[in-house]
Formats: sequence, structure tokens, C-alpha cells
Amino acid sequence: MSDAEPQQASLLTMENIVKAFPGSVALDNASLSVARGEIHAIVGQNGAGKSTMMKIVNGAYRRNSGTLLFDGRPADFVSPLQAQAAGVSTIYQEINLVPYRSVAENILMGREPRRFGLINWPAMNRRAGEILGRLNIHIDVRQPLMNYNVALQQMVAIARAVSVDAKLVIMDEPTSSLDEREVSTLFDVIRSLKASGVSVIYISHRLDELPQIADRITVMRDGRTVAVRDAKDLTKLELIALMLGKDLGDVRSTGATGFARSTRQEDGEALLTARHMQRGRVLKDASVTVRPGEIVGLAGLLGSGRTELARVIFGADAPDSGELTYGGRTSAFANPADAIAAGIGLCSEDRKAEGIIPYLSVRENLTLAALPVLTRHGVVDTARQREIVDRFIDRLGIKTSNPDQPIRELSGGNQQKVLLARWLCLNPKLLILDEPTRGIDVGAKAEIQALIDELADAGLGVLMISSELEEIAEGSDHVTVLSDGRTVAEFDRGQISQPAIIQAMAHIETIATPDPAEVA
Amino acid sequence: MSTTGTTATVPRPRPGFTPASAFRIAGPTTGAAGALILLSIYNAFFTTNFLTLATLRVNLTQVSTIVLVAVGMTFVIATGGIDLSVGSLMAISGAIAPLIFLSHQWPLGSDWIAVPVAIVVAILVTGLFGLFNGVLVTRFEIQPIVATLVLFLGGRGIAKALLHGELRHFKEPHFDYIGTGRPFGIPVQVLLMLIVVAVAAWAMRSTSFGRYVLATGGNENAARLAGVPVNRIRLVVYAISGLLAGLAGLIVISLNSSTDPNLVGINMELNAIAAAAVGGTVLTGGRATVVGTLVGAVLVHQLRYTLISHGVADGTTRMVTAAAILGAVLLQQARRGGD
Repeated sequence: MSDAEPQQASLLTMENIVKAFPGSVALDNASLSVARGEIHAIVGQNGAGKSTMMKIVNGAYRRNSGTLLFDGRPADFVSPLQAQAAGVSTIYQEINLVPYRSVAENILMGREPRRFGLINWPAMNRRAGEILGRLNIHIDVRQPLMNYNVALQQMVAIARAVSVDAKLVIMDEPTSSLDEREVSTLFDVIRSLKASGVSVIYISHRLDELPQIADRITVMRDGRTVAVRDAKDLTKLELIALMLGKDLGDVRSTGATGFARSTRQEDGEALLTARHMQRGRVLKDASVTVRPGEIVGLAGLLGSGRTELARVIFGADAPDSGELTYGGRTSAFANPADAIAAGIGLCSEDRKAEGIIPYLSVRENLTLAALPVLTRHGVVDTARQREIVDRFIDRLGIKTSNPDQPIRELSGGNQQKVLLARWLCLNPKLLILDEPTRGIDVGAKAEIQALIDELADAGLGVLMISSELEEIAEGSDHVTVLSDGRTVAEFDRGQISQPAIIQAMAHIETIATPDPAEVA
Repeated sequence: MSTTGTTATVPRPRPGFTPASAFRIAGPTTGAAGALILLSIYNAFFTTNFLTLATLRVNLTQVSTIVLVAVGMTFVIATGGIDLSVGSLMAISGAIAPLIFLSHQWPLGSDWIAVPVAIVVAILVTGLFGLFNGVLVTRFEIQPIVATLVLFLGGRGIAKALLHGELRHFKEPHFDYIGTGRPFGIPVQVLLMLIVVAVAAWAMRSTSFGRYVLATGGNENAARLAGVPVNRIRLVVYAISGLLAGLAGLIVISLNSSTDPNLVGINMELNAIAAAAVGGTVLTGGRATVVGTLVGAVLVHQLRYTLISHGVADGTTRMVTAAAILGAVLLQQARRGGD
């Protein structure tokens, strides 16, 4: 299992692939080889060419030059439909299913078993059950898809993909919205695909999970393939070094995250105290305290109430009960505008759905929350707006051709910087960051982490939600762990360690779980 | 340099404004604007009397009501909504105003009181109906197309009820001024149109209201989390649309010196949507251009005028116009797909 793969064992061979767009070259002699029954990971920073490469495989784009052999034959897919017919199935980040229809209908859509011209429901449910059973998933296929969580919906998408006789399944960031438990279920499914001879191309930003699942890893950088290695031979540090094109020493010296781990002095007075917050069925008894100049990491599995707690604090949702103290005030904020006026900012976990206004410019996106301050009698002071935008583009190193560029054209990391600047230009006291580095390439990630660090040093209170334990463990001065809507553990600087946090997240009662009220 | 000293600041380069960015700003409208210029050149050579002041005046007069309504529609569409009720609201204002100035009841005996009161009340009422649309959309969270369908159907009913379903003629010189007055040789409704377009374009571009409108239509959830008063903005755009529809209704009846609840504003909602779409406003919201809407309305109108003045049959004219609208929208889509 190395580079010298025997030709007949190779399902997909791509060589010297070139793809140019007006004004840029996305792929510059890239190559990729995937063996039959292999789980092949592709990694690279944003813009390395991973997605373009996949779109050429699945027929969404056509290459300018280069050879593509699929299943032993030269192939040139002109449409996704044609690629699908040949056995290439793609599972996108956004799941393309119909939430209101049953699981069975979603799996067999367009191929429903019929009798007398009508859908044969018993046969359909049976077949759907069989397909899921092969992946070791046992759920009620008659339920509407939306009754299941994102992870299961993803499994259904995979089931649909493999049931159309796929030879190659492409997964683009399949785990970005899954928690650890769900990830391991997904991995089981991927392994059973492999066992049945299907090849899987697996694209992910989560480098930690690759050795668990991938056979080989292809590393791409700037539209080129820079390395193909066996997954078990590659350490995370080596991988990062390859992706960044840096020497190993550089990476090691800066650590895996951008946090400096400086010890900050905690200055007593709490900036924000939320106690016994409750809302609906998700938030049951969550408490957290943030002091000026400290980063409080909020850890917990997906569905533990992290995001819900952030939204309740920010006034985006009203709590059913609980006490919120911020500055001198003791009531919850009625809406985000109130919270913003009081010096709070929130960066949502979902940049696309809740962060950027895609067609507005970088300038307008950056100053959206600051407009009340930038306006006199309703008219925007464009001179001041320009000055602020220029300053923050410069300070955060936002890469944009000019401030009038629509924000959607920026990379994920740069979009995130603009969204951070949206709050920073208001000089906030408290910043709530929900997954601040999700889906961002390694370089920008470290920059953003360093920035968060710097802001806390300057006295800003930060409440940081993250699914990445490393980020929580290295960045936080204080960690609050939520499980099932309740605060189950709190750690001070000295006590923070990844194993301790994992145990708390899983809510294992072997560690001290102080009463949050006492800690606050 | 600074010794010339009107200001102490060094003139800053404006990296924000390059030919490329100018194209991007003008972008969505360039197709429609280009087509309008070509059509005007064609008309200058091949259409008799095109280059006369009278023709320009007639054309602008005819297009002004569509533009007024379409400007309101542009704001509504920019928030991701749609307003189907504008034609019916025109009929309502067209019914209310004559009822007031024809009543001759105290204190409305004098024209000098009755006409202004009629105008203000008629427009205010349609503005309130617009607000009603906004309440349905925000408070009751009804989809805009359904919410405004209520007044699309019911509004004309209100107009008919007010006038007992009949066409009514009137002779009211002071009111007719809206339709026939020409200060400085410019028709009043053309002046109104230009003022409304200028104010609206400025508001869209330079006020926080305009930014909020685009943010709301571009990504409502994100806008809300950035502190944008999303619901208030949507209320306001429907109210604006109602106000402008009311004004347009008054212009129509004053041009005709009569009001017909069955005809005033008929199909106006669709013409207004077409003008906005051709001009480069995107129907899913978040991207809108007021000047583009003006260009779109004038283009569609001039195309019809050209065909009719060359003796093309009405049926053909309609088909060609429809094809042109399709072409303009496809052109925009092709541009969007390219980037």
C-alpha cells in the first residue's frame, strides 16, 4: 500500500490535472490515485484545490487538461448525472434530502418499488431497511427524515449514495457538524462501505480523525499534489507542515494552536454571570461566569446546549428562567440590539447562515453592527466608515482585493476575520465566539486564535465555544463544561486537561463537579 | 502640498473606487442600460419625432406611475419580499381622493382645503394598508406573496365598494394639476418620479436604512444577530410601497379626470416587478438598485413605444416585450453564474 499501486487495483487515477478559472489557476498538474476499497483522505488549506479536484471527478467541472481513468477506462464526465451513472456518488456538506418525507422515501427517491402503478409501501420500507441494515443502522424508516439528528440524516444520505451502486463515494467535510459519538457512528458506516469494496474519498479539516479512518492521505497545496502517504506513517505535526509547506521545526515551535498560553491575572469582578439558565428542552440548568480579560471555554457535545446558552445570553432567544447579570443589570436582553448596545458581540457557529450577508461588501459586512454609531440622522458617515474598515483590514490582515468586494468571494478564514472585526470595531466588553475556527484553514486558524488571545490580554472577556478540545484546552483560562443542558463541571487554569474535559463532557462522575452556583 | 491648505488632511487614495468596482456597482444594470442606449440610438434614426421634447415628455409621463410603484417594489424585493397589492392600493387611493374633494361638505367646501386633504388622506390610507401588509408579514409571519394577495384581491373590492363599482368622472382643476401641470415645462408627475428616484437611490446607498434593507434581504438571521431591527425594516418597506402606490393612483386618476375602480392600477404589480427585475434587482432579495429600476421601467416602456410607433400589432408587441424581459433576466443570471 504505497505510491506504487498496481494499475488494476486502482479505481480512480488522475494525472496532471489542470483547471483554470478566469484570473486564477485552481489546479496545476494535480494528481490523485484511489485504490478499490480504499479510504483515501485529501487534506489541504482552503484554496488548495481539494473541492475543485472533486468537482472534476463528479462531473460538476470539466478539466482543461490531464488524464482521468475511472474503473480502468478514460473518463470525461460532462455532468454530475453521468458521473453518478458511472458510479461516483457525492455527499455534500449541506445534505440534499427532503426533510418532510420519510427516511425510506429519501433513500429510494426516484426508484420507488411499484405495484399496479402505485408505490408499494411495504416493499419500499423493507428495501430501505435492508440498505440501512447493511450499514448497521437500525431506525424506523417510516419516520420523516427531519425527526432524526444531523448525523443520522447524513447516514441516510450515505445509504442513498451507496444504494445506487456507487463504486466511489466522495465525502466533503462529513463530520463538520457531528459530535464525537456521531463521528464514530459515521466511521463505522465508512468502514462497512470499505468492507463491501467501495472506495471513499474523504475530505476533512479535522486532522485528528484521519488516522482512525483513512488508509492513505493526499496532501494538496496551491493546486498541486505535494504528498501521498500512508495515514499511519504521518503524524499530525508532519501533516500540518506539509499543508503549510513549512519545516517541521516551525510548526512545533508555534504549537498546534495559536494560543500563547500566557498567564493572565484574573481581576475578580465578574463581567457576566448567567445562572440556572433554562429554555425549552435543550437548556436545563446552565451557568457560566466570564470576567474581564479571561477566555472562558465552553465545552460540550453537540446538543449539550452550548449554542443555546450563547444565544440566550445575547438576547437572540428569551430564556424561560434563570438569572443573568451583566454590568449593573440583572435582566436578560430583549434582543441582540440591546446586547450589542451593552457591549456584547456574538459570532455564530454557522458563518454562512448567521454571519455574513453574502452579497454585501466587506465594508458593509464589517460595519453592519456599528451603523447606529456611524450614522447621524440616518445617514452613514462614509468617511469614518472607510477609516474604520481600512484600520481593521490592516489590523486583522484581512485578505481582500478591496473593501467593496462582496464578502462571499473571500475565503472562510477571511470571512471570519471580517465578522470578528464587526464586533471589535465597537470596542466590546464581552465577545461570544461560537466555533470561531470551524472550517478555516490551518494558517488562518492560528491567526484567529492568536487574535483572541491578544484581545483577552487587552481586557476583553471572551466566551469561546469549541468542539476542538485542543482549542479549549490550550486557549482557555477557565473551562465550563455543559452536558445535556446543564453545567456539569468547571475547571480553572491549572486543572484544565483534555482527558478531564472529555470525562466531564461524557458526564462521568469520577471528577469533582462543583456546584456552579458556588463557583460563580 | 498641504500649504494650499483648505484642509489639513492629505487627499487619501480611494482604493474602494476603481473601474472594476464601478463596474461591479453598475454591474446588474449594465445590460439594461446598454439595451436602453441602443434602443434610443435606433429610435433617434428610425422613429419619426423621437428626438422631440414632446415625445420625451409623453414617454416620461407614461412611465412615471410604473417607476413610482416600482421604486417601492424595489425596497420590498430588496428585503426578500414581494408586494402584489400595489395595483389595488392605487385603485383605493384613486377612489378615496375624489370622494373627499367631491363631497363639498364643511370643512371641505374650498378647493384649497379639499384637494390637499384628499391627496394626503388618500396616500396615508394606502400607506396604512401597506403597514397592514407589513404586519401580516412580520407579526403573523405570513409569506409575503400570500400576505399581499389578501389586499390584491380585497383592495380592489374596497375601491369598488367606495365607488359603488362605477366609473366616476370629475372636474377639479386643482387636483388635475398632478396629472397635467407643467412647472418649467416639466410634467408634475415626472418631477415627482425624479425626486422619488433620487431620494430612494440615495437612501438605499447612503443611509443605515438602506444598508439594513439589503442586509435583511441578504441574510435575515445574520442581520438580526448583528442588531438590525429586521421586523421594523420590513414594516417600513411595505408602508413605503403602499405610500408610493397611493401617489401613483392619484396621478392616474388625475390624468384621466376620472376614476374607475375596475381599471386603475390593473396589472401594475407585475409591471413593477418586471421593471425591478429587468433593472437588475434580484427577486430573492439582498441585491437591489433603484436607478436600475428606473432604467428597467423606461426600457420596457420604450420598447413598447418603439414597436407601436412602427405599427407592430399589439399582440406581437406584447410577445416581444416579454421576450426582452426574459432576455434581460437571463443575461443577469449568466453574469452571476460567471463569478
